[in-house]
Amino acid sequence: MPHRPLVGALGWLALLALLAGLGMAFGYAPREAVQGNVQRIMYVHVPAVLTAYLAFGLVLVGSIGYLATARMGWDRLAAAAAELGVLFTGITIASGSIWGKPTWGTWWTWDARLTSTAILFLVYVGYLLLRAMVEEPERRGRFAAVVGIVGAANIPIVHFSVKWWRALHQPSTILGPEPSPIAAPIALALLVNWVAFTLLFGYFLTRRVEIARLEDAALQGAVRAR
Amino acid sequence: MSGYARRVGIVLWKDLLVERRTKESLNALLFFGLLLLFLFQFSLGPDRAQVESVLPGLLWLGFVLAGLLGLGRSFLAERDNDCWEGLLLTPGDKSAIYLGKLAANLCVMGAVELVILALFGLFFDVDLSRALPGLAVVLPLGTLGLATVGTLFAAVTAQVRARELLFPVLLLPVQVPVLLATVSATQVALAGQPLADARAWLQLLAAADLVYLVIGLLTFEFVLEA
Repeated sequence: MPHRPLVGALGWLALLALLAGLGMAFGYAPREAVQGNVQRIMYVHVPAVLTAYLAFGLVLVGSIGYLATARMGWDRLAAAAAELGVLFTGITIASGSIWGKPTWGTWWTWDARLTSTAILFLVYVGYLLLRAMVEEPERRGRFAAVVGIVGAANIPIVHFSVKWWRALHQPSTILGPEPSPIAAPIALALLVNWVAFTLLFGYFLTRRVEIARLEDAALQGAVRAR
Repeated sequence: MSGYARRVGIVLWKDLLVERRTKESLNALLFFGLLLLFLFQFSLGPDRAQVESVLPGLLWLGFVLAGLLGLGRSFLAERDNDCWEGLLLTPGDKSAIYLGKLAANLCVMGAVELVILALFGLFFDVDLSRALPGLAVVLPLGTLGLATVGTLFAAVTAQVRARELLFPVLLLPVQVPVLLATVSATQVALAGQPLADARAWLQLLAAADLVYLVIGLLTFEFVLEA
């Protein structure tokens, strides 16, 4: 690994930031007046979704990079980012669902944001399935890159279509407007958690890319030995 | 006629000729569409009011399901007959092959959709005459959205394990915006309202078609070089 101490430091930093975020979410940030303690899920929910968007952005970057240069590094970046994006989208949906049950009285509602997040999840699960079905690395990279580009370009289209779909059918009845302006301590706790999630994502990403690189190297070595 | 347009025309002509001689896709798809209409009716029960509200959705579900079967076969002839190299050896820009395949798919899909639409009007007792001007706009736009991504993903999955499974898993989530837009616009058309009521949806659909088409043209050569 090129910068092993650096990656290790990133991991410890992420852990510290997560602990700090946890402390702020439960200790520092005040109890929300209307929703009570349930609101504290937001400190996981919002950073997770922001991290997921970062991940899917990186899938697009890696996909274009791979098609343009045919260097496996780009493909490994896209693959690692896609896995993490699906993971963090899953956390987003699960935490949102847990929050929704006591707040809205239902695990799931076809609200615009829920729906577009769910579609995003499905698109990238499909991306990962495709990757699992193709063995040859070079071909897998090209196929996945094409799907990754279509998926990313589709995000804004999904966003608008789902928004209008809800707006045209019926106005959102259960979903109240966001609690804005957000109180300063809440915003600060959110910020710390966001930074922590981003650090964690960076750590996971570098480790995952490294594992993929070692896998590829081992595979090539095995082929050569034969 | 430029060489590019000629190559598009050759692929289109080749595919249509194969289809005319084998009638594989068309016959099976028409029968499949008819079956779908029956299944929809059986699963919804005889209550007319219940059926009425979901008619646009049923129509497009029929198109999408028929499209999944039809589009998924786009490159099977080349794969099964070892003609993939033939496509690869085609001189010039490979996107011409994509355009030719897309055009052939549009012809087959268009024919299937027109027949399904007629059967739909017949079996569900819908007066289509009022809706026809609107449908004449919605149908081509929706079909284009379905076929642009469908043709590209068909090429991706043609050489992949578990192709039959992977193709819908990749295509369907991406097609959610197209489905939402076409169903909403079809609802307007079937209700006999002026199509201007669905202008936002049609604009979204046209924008999506354009995005998909450009991505297909740009990325197809990477899919083809197997």
